Amino acid sequence: MSAIRVEGLRKAHGPRQVLRGIDAEVKVGETIALVGPSGGGKSTFLRCLNGLTSFDAGKVQIAGVELQPRTAPDAPLLRALRARVGMVFQSLNLFPHLTALANVSLAPIHVRQEAPEAARARAAELLARVGLADRGDARPTELSGGQQQRVAIARALAMDPEVLLLDEPTSALDPQMRGEVLGVLRDLARTGMTMLVVTHEMAFARAAASRVWVFDEGRLVEDGPPAQVCDSPRSDRARAFFAHG
Amino acid sequence: MSAVLLGWNALTCAVLIAAGALARIEKRGELRWAGDLQGGEPYVYRDPADPSKLDGFELEIAEGLAKRLGVRQRFLQNDWSTLIPSLLRGDFDAAMNGIEDTPWLRAQALVTRPYFAFSEQLVVRRGFPLRTLAALRGHRVGTLSGSLAHAILRETPGIHVVLYGGQEEPYRDLELGRTDAVLLDSVIASRYGLTKPDLELADADVARGTYVIAVRRGEDELRDALDGALADLKSRGELEAIFAKYHLPPQPSSGAQAAAQPQARFDAAQVLLFGRGALVTLLVSLVSMALAVPLGLLLALARIYGGPAARVSAHWYVELFRGTPVLLQLYLLYYGLAPLVHLDALTAAILGLGMNYGAYEAEVHRAALGAIPPGQAEAAAALGLTRGQQLRLVLLPQALRTALPAMTNDLISLLKDSSLVSVITVVELTKQMTITAVDVRSWALPGLFCAALYFGMSYPLARLAARLEARLGAPEVSGELREAAA
Repeated sequence: MSAIRVEGLRKAHGPRQVLRGIDAEVKVGETIALVGPSGGGKSTFLRCLNGLTSFDAGKVQIAGVELQPRTAPDAPLLRALRARVGMVFQSLNLFPHLTALANVSLAPIHVRQEAPEAARARAAELLARVGLADRGDARPTELSGGQQQRVAIARALAMDPEVLLLDEPTSALDPQMRGEVLGVLRDLARTGMTMLVVTHEMAFARAAASRVWVFDEGRLVEDGPPAQVCDSPRSDRARAFFAHG
Repeated sequence: MSAVLLGWNALTCAVLIAAGALARIEKRGELRWAGDLQGGEPYVYRDPADPSKLDGFELEIAEGLAKRLGVRQRFLQNDWSTLIPSLLRGDFDAAMNGIEDTPWLRAQALVTRPYFAFSEQLVVRRGFPLRTLAALRGHRVGTLSGSLAHAILRETPGIHVVLYGGQEEPYRDLELGRTDAVLLDSVIASRYGLTKPDLELADADVARGTYVIAVRRGEDELRDALDGALADLKSRGELEAIFAKYHLPPQPSSGAQAAAQPQARFDAAQVLLFGRGALVTLLVSLVSMALAVPLGLLLALARIYGGPAARVSAHWYVELFRGTPVLLQLYLLYYGLAPLVHLDALTAAILGLGMNYGAYEAEVHRAALGAIPPGQAEAAAALGLTRGQQLRLVLLPQALRTALPAMTNDLISLLKDSSLVSVITVVELTKQMTITAVDVRSWALPGLFCAALYFGMSYPLARLAARLEARLGAPEVSGELREAAA
């Protein structure tokens, strides 16, 4: 069963072709690592999947919702989609005026209309799951970068997403904090969460991903199991990337 | 060098003053006298045909007086309410601008013999049944702030006095029904009141008084010279000719002096009036701000998220209200729009200040919303929050925190700007101070007391805002800085 199906996805920023026709499919429970040189279209592809960025041509089916080209960023359809697709950003976008617990329980209370007490109890469970059981009352500014990113993962999980999109979740972190976040992601992968992770962490990709996708100049140039893609890439582009990367 | 020159000049001046006022005027070759051009016709005003020239019966009297002193006359503009304090501090030689002979004037300055006698006249709307001051108990009666009529009205029990800064506005508000009568002297009444077809004279002779020229105490010599010159003008019929030329009303035969007014003192009753003025200031400021903040928020949201029409309207609202004086806006709202919307003074004051400050708050909110990193809105959208929820739950709470210092600043500024509403007859703290200062003939004590009351209101507001700021937490930036420093 497929969680995501993408056909002929195209996107241009002015004259620059960012995505030049992407066809891809993700099965439920798979973890996909998106790698490749900067500017290759990985992040744009991810943002197209939940409608933060609209696309020019093609079709996206994700979590039972079908997206058409040029969908407005606040279309009602997108709210249904976003309730089922979680996203974690590179830039640690926690809400600074809310505690960690309130960050996690915000969407369940206001989007899914859950009872505040129940939502907070579940938020506490999720914080415990990412190793922050005792930091629920902390404000984002009182947390380290790694802790903030783990709260952001808990916040995305609170909506029980069918798919989790992570856009370079460790790039803004110090090396010692990356480990703690990647650990959480490895655990998630093991539980069968469908995940797409844009990352530069090749060790993580090898260990946790079901498949590795290599993006280059707006094309998906390599798609296969980590060992095959990393050790014996078939395309010149991918070979060049792994040789230098 | 210049300091020496300056010192020498000051010395000469001191010597000249000591040598006597007349010698000073002769040496200078001009008699310097002051009035307020805002007082308008027929006293002293700009010639409508040639605005570089002055006109008015007092100008002609001044010319006649100067001629007899063997010098030229020179007019100096001075706000009417501060003519006497300015005279006392030496800004000019004499004050002549419909100044009424009263005991409290005599306590402050020397006065010449009267040059004109008038009666205080009560004007009402045509056919209005109440035609005496006594009958107007419980009604609103307009007059000029600091005038003899003002003093008479204050001594009449049960009258609600409405104060104006110019002589046209009282009659306009009377026509509109904002007041039920106006008490002013016969010169003003005949010129500004009885020329309106809807108004008529109810009582032609409520009291009598005279206009005099004021000079500084100790300058008896100048006063006597002016008296002599006035007597000469009168005996030659020149005064009567001037009055006829400017169509002044007939003078009552017995130029009786104004009824003695008790000398006001800065006592408990005045303190109570100050307290009431402070309450009006606080009310006007807080309610205006309560209006300005949501209005500003609406304008800011229209500018950021609105369609083209909303964006353009909000933009021009902000530019127009910021780009014109709030004083002018108050005038237009209260007097200019009076034929269309009938606002009472307090409502107009609050609305005017609220709409003006709304423009400033719009910019504060817009800047605060713009300072939020775009990732915040994206993260909120990615969670499935609607546009409204994104604003209410994520963006506005953060914007409020950023905007709070600027809003506190504006509130304190508004607290002081609220003194402008006295031009539309609202007696707030500063207006009360000027009324009291004129009554007790002292600006120092009422002024300091007034300043203390303003500070007593603004400082707690600032403290309150600081505590609120602390409770909302330090802005995000400081958190990042803290991290960077660690």
